[in-house]
Amino acid sequence: MTVPVPSAPLSPASPTGPAVAIRNLSVTFGGRVRAVDGVDLVLERGQAVALIGESGSGKSVTLRAIMRLNPENKTKIEGTITVAGQDVMSMSKKELTRLRGRAVAMIFQEPLLALDPVYTVGRQITEAIRRHEGLGEGEARARALELFERVRIPSPQRRLDAYPHEMSGGMRQRAMIALALACRPKVLLADEPTTALDATVQIQILLLLRELQAELGLSTIFVTHDLGAAVEVADRIAVMYAGRIVEAGTARQVVLSPNHPYTIGLLSSRADGALVKGSRLETIPGSPPDLANRKPGCPFAPRCFLAVDKCHREVPPALEVAPGHAVACWRSDDAAAAFRERLAAPAAA
Amino acid sequence: MLSFILRRLVAVTPVALGVSVVCFLLVHLAPGDPLSAVLPVDATQETIDAMRSAYGYDKPLPVQYFIWLWHVLQGDLGTSISSGRLVVSEVGRAVVNSLILASVATLIGFTFGTFFGFVAGYFRDSALDKVASAISVFGVSVPHYWLGMVMVIIFSATLGWLPPTGAGPDGSGNWKPDLEHLRYMILPAITMSVIPMGVIARTIRALVGDILSQDFVGALRAKGLSEFGVFKHVVKNAAPTALAIMGLQLGYLLGGSILIETVFAWPGTGFLLNSAIFQRDLPLLQGAILVLAMFFVALNLIVDVVQTALDPRIERG
Repeated sequence: MTVPVPSAPLSPASPTGPAVAIRNLSVTFGGRVRAVDGVDLVLERGQAVALIGESGSGKSVTLRAIMRLNPENKTKIEGTITVAGQDVMSMSKKELTRLRGRAVAMIFQEPLLALDPVYTVGRQITEAIRRHEGLGEGEARARALELFERVRIPSPQRRLDAYPHEMSGGMRQRAMIALALACRPKVLLADEPTTALDATVQIQILLLLRELQAELGLSTIFVTHDLGAAVEVADRIAVMYAGRIVEAGTARQVVLSPNHPYTIGLLSSRADGALVKGSRLETIPGSPPDLANRKPGCPFAPRCFLAVDKCHREVPPALEVAPGHAVACWRSDDAAAAFRERLAAPAAA
Repeated sequence: MLSFILRRLVAVTPVALGVSVVCFLLVHLAPGDPLSAVLPVDATQETIDAMRSAYGYDKPLPVQYFIWLWHVLQGDLGTSISSGRLVVSEVGRAVVNSLILASVATLIGFTFGTFFGFVAGYFRDSALDKVASAISVFGVSVPHYWLGMVMVIIFSATLGWLPPTGAGPDGSGNWKPDLEHLRYMILPAITMSVIPMGVIARTIRALVGDILSQDFVGALRAKGLSEFGVFKHVVKNAAPTALAIMGLQLGYLLGGSILIETVFAWPGTGFLLNSAIFQRDLPLLQGAILVLAMFFVALNLIVDVVQTALDPRIERG
């Protein structure tokens, strides 16, 4: 008699490779709008990467592509995505449902909209647990209760039976995090998890996420447009503009010695640096390019204070300026110099 | 939940009273004397006066109303002027027939309407959606008495498959649940079902489109639910509104099917109203309208309760 062998994984998952590897990812909507244009991103195990950029820079689209959540019939995805060594692009629908929620889980921006309004929160969590692990309702509920305690929801037993609209914003986001962690995923994708929350609650949620990430050894990709939040939780930061990563490095590298004019613009337009009475809040002039009508050259060139002719003609490749610090800019040296100058004389600006 | 139902019941009372006033007045707004239809043309003034006081038409309107209401509360809707039978029994028989027909029609309409609505909503802007939407637009816009006549021409006159009129072979006007009577119901029920089918299909198409565009559907997929798993969530989200529409449609069909019941000579309330109007049978007309209006009020109440039970977002406290 043969002993039943547990079904083999879909493809040999490498135990040592990166948690998520994205190579040359492009996402096109409706055949015209190129929302993501050649993104490379590697998330090492146990690491947290923050993707930052303004609205429409393609950060959320990149995040959703990892689970192939973008609407299939209107979206064209090119490039390769692997999660724990498994090729996501070649997965069937069934394989995708096994990846989603189990290996990779997602936290959404607005928990009130991301939770089904007519199901109790507890039911939505046990639904995921039962689907992936085939547990009974009782066991699943016990796990959900444990999760609620872990994300520190007060009177968790009672809250399991609450509907989303009966909870506060911070509480809902905690429930959302509990839902994401329900099947013990290895990779956590967080799509602006604090944007919809009050400032004081934002910090609590960030601290909770950082703590859970360390405790559970999660690999996390964080999408945010808040540099402060990015620095708080991320080991590495990747700055996106018009569907491309224009600068990537450790959090320290990107924040303390930025080499891309766009990163510099983002850093100088933070309100907390310009709250000195009488000083103006610095902004980046112009607006992001039309992604349906891409022009040749660097997409940031029309708004760049350092742009030269070459910038308008040729797309700059991503080059390493320091170990682990890559920048896609023809004038990165001048940008870095300009930033140092600004630091030296902040009031002159 | 029980206290919610009780409070709704209390809230319904003034509505019911208001409806009774309107019912009573509506009939008196119509021109002409209610007795002129039954009295011979050459009746003497004495006879007319005697009849007027016998039916109570000589008293002032408010007094007439309270007398009428008092009788109504005791279950007495008066006597039909044209047939001399009790209005309660006439209306009661008609309501049962109408309720059966309207329920079957609503059920058919709801089944197909839900199906077309979900198909159209799920495959928005596809060829399937175009077909399903065309059918539902046909349902809400085709003149139903015309559709009834066409059905009679095709299935009764030409093919001879189904009886064209009446509720049963004996002509007694009482529908019974057996195979022979069922044959009489098919044509009117299908004709009538076209209305709720169209309304429900269009409502559900819009609902499903709206639900599918919400963030939580993406979140459900993100937690690994299959398409069928997501579908269950969509159904539960659409259910409160869909059931409310269905309840209201049943109410409309109960009283609003005068034309269809007349085309098929179905002995229901619509048919009864039609003859009461033409015979100027005031007590019958008043009674029928009142009973129908009360049915509508009751249906609304049920819809309210069901919707509250299904949708946790509606305040119960």
